[in-house]
Amino acid sequence: MDIKINGKTVSIEADPEMPLLWALRDIAGLTGTKFGCGIAMCGACTVLIDGEPVRSCSTALEDVSGEVTTIEALQGDDGALHAVQEAWIEQQVAQCGYCQSGQIMSAVALLANNSTPSDADIDDAMSGNLCRCGTYPRIRAAIHTAAKKLAEA
Amino acid sequence: MGKLLRRTFLIGSAAVAGGVAVGFYMYKTPYPNPLTADAGKGESVFNPFVKIAADNSVTVIVPRAEMGQGVVTTMAALVAEELDIELAEVKTEFAPAANVYYNRAMLEEGAPFQVFDNSFIAEMTRDIQGVVAKFLAMQATGGSSSTVDAFDRMRTSGAAARAMLIAAAADKWQVAAASLKTENGKVVDPALGRSIAYGDLVAAAATQQVPETVTLKDPADWRYLGKSQPRLDMVAKVTGKARFGVDVRLPDMLFATVRMNPRQGAKMTGIDASAAEKIPGVVKVVNLDTGYAVVADNTWTAFKAADLVKPQWAKAPYPETTEAIFASIDAALKAGGGFNMRNDGDAPDVIAAGTGKAISARYTAPYLAHATMEPMNATAQWTGGKLTVWSGNQAPTSIVTQAASVFGLYASDVTVHSTYLGGGFGRRFETDFSMLAARVAKETGGKPVQVTWTREEDMRHDMYRPGAICEAAAVVDGQGVPSVVFRTASQSPIASTFGRLAGAITPPGNDKTVVDGLWDQPYALANYRVTGIPVDLDIPVGFWRAVGHSHNPFFHESFMDEIAHSSGQDPLEMRLKLMQPYPAAVAAVQAVKDMSGWGTPLPAEDVKSRGRGVAFCLSFGTWVAQVVQVADTEDGIRIEKVWCAADFGTALDPKNLEAQMMSGIIFGLSSAMGQEITFADGAVEQGNFDSYDAMRMNQTPEIQVRVLQTSGKMGGAGEPGTPPSLPALANAIFAATGKRIRQLPLSKEITFA
Repeated sequence: MDIKINGKTVSIEADPEMPLLWALRDIAGLTGTKFGCGIAMCGACTVLIDGEPVRSCSTALEDVSGEVTTIEALQGDDGALHAVQEAWIEQQVAQCGYCQSGQIMSAVALLANNSTPSDADIDDAMSGNLCRCGTYPRIRAAIHTAAKKLAEA
Repeated sequence: MGKLLRRTFLIGSAAVAGGVAVGFYMYKTPYPNPLTADAGKGESVFNPFVKIAADNSVTVIVPRAEMGQGVVTTMAALVAEELDIELAEVKTEFAPAANVYYNRAMLEEGAPFQVFDNSFIAEMTRDIQGVVAKFLAMQATGGSSSTVDAFDRMRTSGAAARAMLIAAAADKWQVAAASLKTENGKVVDPALGRSIAYGDLVAAAATQQVPETVTLKDPADWRYLGKSQPRLDMVAKVTGKARFGVDVRLPDMLFATVRMNPRQGAKMTGIDASAAEKIPGVVKVVNLDTGYAVVADNTWTAFKAADLVKPQWAKAPYPETTEAIFASIDAALKAGGGFNMRNDGDAPDVIAAGTGKAISARYTAPYLAHATMEPMNATAQWTGGKLTVWSGNQAPTSIVTQAASVFGLYASDVTVHSTYLGGGFGRRFETDFSMLAARVAKETGGKPVQVTWTREEDMRHDMYRPGAICEAAAVVDGQGVPSVVFRTASQSPIASTFGRLAGAITPPGNDKTVVDGLWDQPYALANYRVTGIPVDLDIPVGFWRAVGHSHNPFFHESFMDEIAHSSGQDPLEMRLKLMQPYPAAVAAVQAVKDMSGWGTPLPAEDVKSRGRGVAFCLSFGTWVAQVVQVADTEDGIRIEKVWCAADFGTALDPKNLEAQMMSGIIFGLSSAMGQEITFADGAVEQGNFDSYDAMRMNQTPEIQVRVLQTSGKMGGAGEPGTPPSLPALANAIFAATGKRIRQLPLSKEITFA
């Protein structure tokens, strides 16, 4: 079936019940999106479908109707990083880094809908994303930093 | 000369360290440099840690696992500091599995002496452990030891390479080396105002004599060390480009998963794979004796087909329920015996005499899973009888040793490529996931195969933090000074771990990790006994972030809190009083006192009540005090703030140390708030984050960290943030609610908001 991923139409030959996560990782070769739990409990697999955050481990290929955006597409073709990525670097967020693709995609979706999120908004949007290294305080700081960057841009 | 003679003596009497009897000559002989054979075109190898190419690019070989602790950046900074190059431009590679990368500091940490014990016997034994580390040649990441181990070695590697570059320039220009300097990647001749880039010197420099001695920079002249550095792996980790074990991609590779007997260690007595074999995309089902693997053309197909296999499992080689397991631990505790790791004065007799305020308590801690974000996985391939393994692991040479033993190979026939680790916390010290991939790859006709575990498989096949029971008793004298006895019983992580490693010598003597956090704390008490009681059970247990320091400090520091309250003392002031001979401990406790506003009233109009709790733990050479503030709300206990002061002796990267403390705190609080591994019918009941969760963003407190450098001896960072967090939380809950909780997780008795 044809799925639009990161601006390109990709033909995926797979069982329609296959979760999007595995099509991205094992078939489309996009390994930036991570497997963490398989039951939408940890958020490591978060991608955007038409701008909305979705747990790709629990979204069957047959249910994907919009355009998929993964971490690989956040960086522009010119190499410029997304404001959220820049904020992540500024705040030195990542430790092991495994959950960070999902964290960043959730943050991108939050900021697209809410340009000045409060701490409570951040709690609501980000509590589905688990981080075993405990980078939460810096994620919170980075989201506020990114909001400022986006406001200035 | 004194040093040399002493070492010679020690080697001769090395029986104490596990029967290693090798001469002085061999100890001095360096291990071969594994980089020499594989150097790229135009690339010159200066030593096992530094390569410089003709295009001026410098590659630092990182001998330790990057599992989030920032070791890649600190290793590169240590070399860059002495080599005099731009840190941001340094390239890094993970080291191959090779003896030269052994970790001395990790085994030194394992020596049975308190960090503050500087006696001759303590220093001598640490020295022996270092020698033994070299012979065991364990290239491992653990014990919060990476930076301590690397501090001199990596700086020396950079300084030696710099000296060789200067020598090459001196030859070229026919001037004295002493007249030359370096400046950010160039050798400079100030007298004639000329300079030459390192890249133009590498071919000649690499053949220079390796200097016998080098002079390291005065810390006052440090450009990178002691200052926060941007992590070199940060860009890769925010763009999805960092390659973890699960991201390894190879031509023609297959994807697989394993399902091992959930009653760990027991056999698979039968298997019906017919339904699984019919699934399109399934290549084969492999019988692994204690479980099976399904090999397919993608991971999801392997997962789906694995669910359709009908195995028969043998019974567990350990008690089948949590109740029965803890009954065994309790029986061991009641039977007595064990070993006294600390026995100052005459604590039992003083307590029996009962002159003073007497208190006693019994505490328990559960088994815990590591639950790294990246489930266990590895990729393996066999070609021409040789094995290659790709995995995120904490012990590359152990994989080589294990594979050589299991498959009857020479060590030289096993290659290990280490990737980034999606969390380690001690779990990836084990070789099981790499070995399973190697066994599955035996059956794929030379094709590489990636074996990824489901989250449930990962949770149910861990080497757990052992469950433990501790009984504590004390009497407090008129000055408020307690005499204390702690008796703690648990399985031995050392015995379990070394029992799994082929060819490993289980260290002789008592497993100090059973009592770590109880016997090694800087309290000046005249009567102080700590008894460890190892429990013989076959549940696989291992190294969980902070190991014995993950649960024993909960026992120790909760009990100190109980002692303070029952004798009318402020718990923080009592610690300051009892820690007086240990300035680093006093400095840390005093710092959190100031940071937290300890003793000032807490407003509580908006909640039922608020309270603060304090705890201290010296672990892995770092002295850490924490204060936790909680609020008792309509929704339950909310952790509002944490203040942490940590004395690392020397702080190489303050911002990273802050991150490690926050990480350790959140890891510890996560476990205290609700984590517990339980057993039924011989199998672990929890499978995923719905039954074994961790702290989330909405529960995360504000955390303030102060980095101190007074102790005079460098300590570790990956683990020491965890130990005080659990008792500080329990003590804060007591302060807020009056409820003393003596069992972990605390959620057994209260609700968290």
